Amino acid sequence: MELRNITLRFGGVVAIKDISFDIRDGEIRAIIGPNGAGKSSMLNVISGFYIPTEGEVYFKKIKRGPMKPYEVARLGIARTFQNIALFDGMSVLDNIMTGRLTMMKSGLLSQAFWYGAAAREEFAHREKVERIIDFLEIQNIRKTPVGRLPYGLKKRVELARALAAEPKLLLLDEPMAGMNVEEKEDMSRFILDLNDEFSTTICLIEHDMGVVMDLSDRVVVMDYGRKIGDGTPDEVRNNQDVIDAYLGVAHD
Amino acid sequence: MLYREAGDFKTTYGEDSQTFPIRFDRMGYYVTLLVAFGVVPLVINDYWASAVFLPFLIYAIAAIGLNILVGYAGQVSLGTGGFMAVGAYAVYKLMTSFPDVPILIHVLLAGFVTAAVGVLFGLPSLRIKGFYLAVATLAAQFFLVWLFNKAPWFYNYSASGQITVPQSKMLGFYITGPQTSATAKYLFCLIILVGVAVVARNLTRGTVGRKWMAIRDMDIAAEIIGVNPLNAKLTAFAVSSFFIGIAGALFFAVYLGAAEVTEAFNIQKSFLILFMVIIGGLGSIFGSFAGAAFLVLLPVFLKNVLVGQLGWPTDLAAHLELMIVGALIVAFLIAEPHGIAQLWRLAKEKLRLWPFPH
Repeated sequence: MELRNITLRFGGVVAIKDISFDIRDGEIRAIIGPNGAGKSSMLNVISGFYIPTEGEVYFKKIKRGPMKPYEVARLGIARTFQNIALFDGMSVLDNIMTGRLTMMKSGLLSQAFWYGAAAREEFAHREKVERIIDFLEIQNIRKTPVGRLPYGLKKRVELARALAAEPKLLLLDEPMAGMNVEEKEDMSRFILDLNDEFSTTICLIEHDMGVVMDLSDRVVVMDYGRKIGDGTPDEVRNNQDVIDAYLGVAHD
Repeated sequence: MLYREAGDFKTTYGEDSQTFPIRFDRMGYYVTLLVAFGVVPLVINDYWASAVFLPFLIYAIAAIGLNILVGYAGQVSLGTGGFMAVGAYAVYKLMTSFPDVPILIHVLLAGFVTAAVGVLFGLPSLRIKGFYLAVATLAAQFFLVWLFNKAPWFYNYSASGQITVPQSKMLGFYITGPQTSATAKYLFCLIILVGVAVVARNLTRGTVGRKWMAIRDMDIAAEIIGVNPLNAKLTAFAVSSFFIGIAGALFFAVYLGAAEVTEAFNIQKSFLILFMVIIGGLGSIFGSFAGAAFLVLLPVFLKNVLVGQLGWPTDLAAHLELMIVGALIVAFLIAEPHGIAQLWRLAKEKLRLWPFPH
């Protein structure tokens, strides 16, 4: 994944100004920065929800033209949202099954009779989904409607839904916002595990610096829509611009 | 103690995703089918058929259709009456043009015609939502009724502007026309209803159903995970209109026998079916049955008790019925927006733990 000279304007507001960076296969890339820096807009550009005013997006070395969000999903990019976007009226299992929609091919008629191809396909995908349910340790809430779950579990279900799509690139928008220490530890472990086991490329936005510096391979720092730092956690931590804009210095 | 899932182990995903996972429910379902097919046809007479059973069966089909659109896909529609009229006029034109073809095929074809019309009127749903979509479908309602009233081709240039069903037979029995027996009418509608319910259930528990519900619950997230909104909304309109068209065809051909579009398929019909879906339970097939049964039985019940037993005047009973239905809809919308189906679901959850809820 590579982004070249991305600029995004909403009317007179410049949300992102001439940013370029790349995401290598199999790495964990973090985007950090103060509030309103344009991090979520950047993620929306990557996931195809916003179309950049200027600049080019390359995915797997191929230039990506303007696309509908559901077409981007079919390329193998999945994401979670800052404020959870699950389907409240459906069970956990159904929510995760929606992650596999792009892979389910059976026609309306064969589904109508729940016979042959449709049922076989359903159960084959169910098996994959059960593996993800095991991985994220949410077996006991499988059939619970999502609306009834507490916040931390909802975040986990949303991750499960994104994983069900077997994405090549996974975008996580503040996966640990609002969690307690224990839930953060769990979530970090899941992120590292899935990067290890499935070698999923991950791009995440997070405000907890401890987590970001521990998890990520490389970090992009944004401020007021501009890129002010890019590199390994250590490089970023010692970058004077980043310290001024975001990290700050400890009080004596 | 009968109502338990313990000990009833599921070893395949097929068993796990069946419609009635608890053995007691499954038995209840089979008993209901047995009574519906084996007992009722033997004892049914004309009064019961025309007052209770036929309206219930036909409205249940329409309610399932509307529930798919409103309850599962979240697209509000007030055009149900108009779409039923499409089904009715389609089956009329087909029956008069091809009298030798069995009526079951005509009814299904009428469903497909209605599905096409439904997709056409569903196109605005890609741009507009909620109240505005309701108004657009309201336009469909008035336009379709106007069309069937104004264009004489649809009612074969008959002098009265009415459509009257020709006689037709299937497997040696009259299905439509004055000589039809109550049993034949009942069984014909029942078979179609069971078929519709099974198909609706299969669709809503599979991939298509998940797409519909995803669009309903959060359309932006649905798009991000790969649902094509155009495709999902239009299939919902098509499937929903297909069922509603079948209901319209049966309502005209089997139940009424003769119909005048401004009488039989006006805006009140749209509201009646919407109320069935709301009271029964949005997003539930069982709810469609419950809502249809409730709104069909309530007037019959009130009439028998108030007029028959207490000797009140008929018009008073009729007005009282309107007030009760109105109050119930307000009560349901405030207290239990998911209708009778949700009450039923809660009761089942309690029953599963009874008598030791802790």
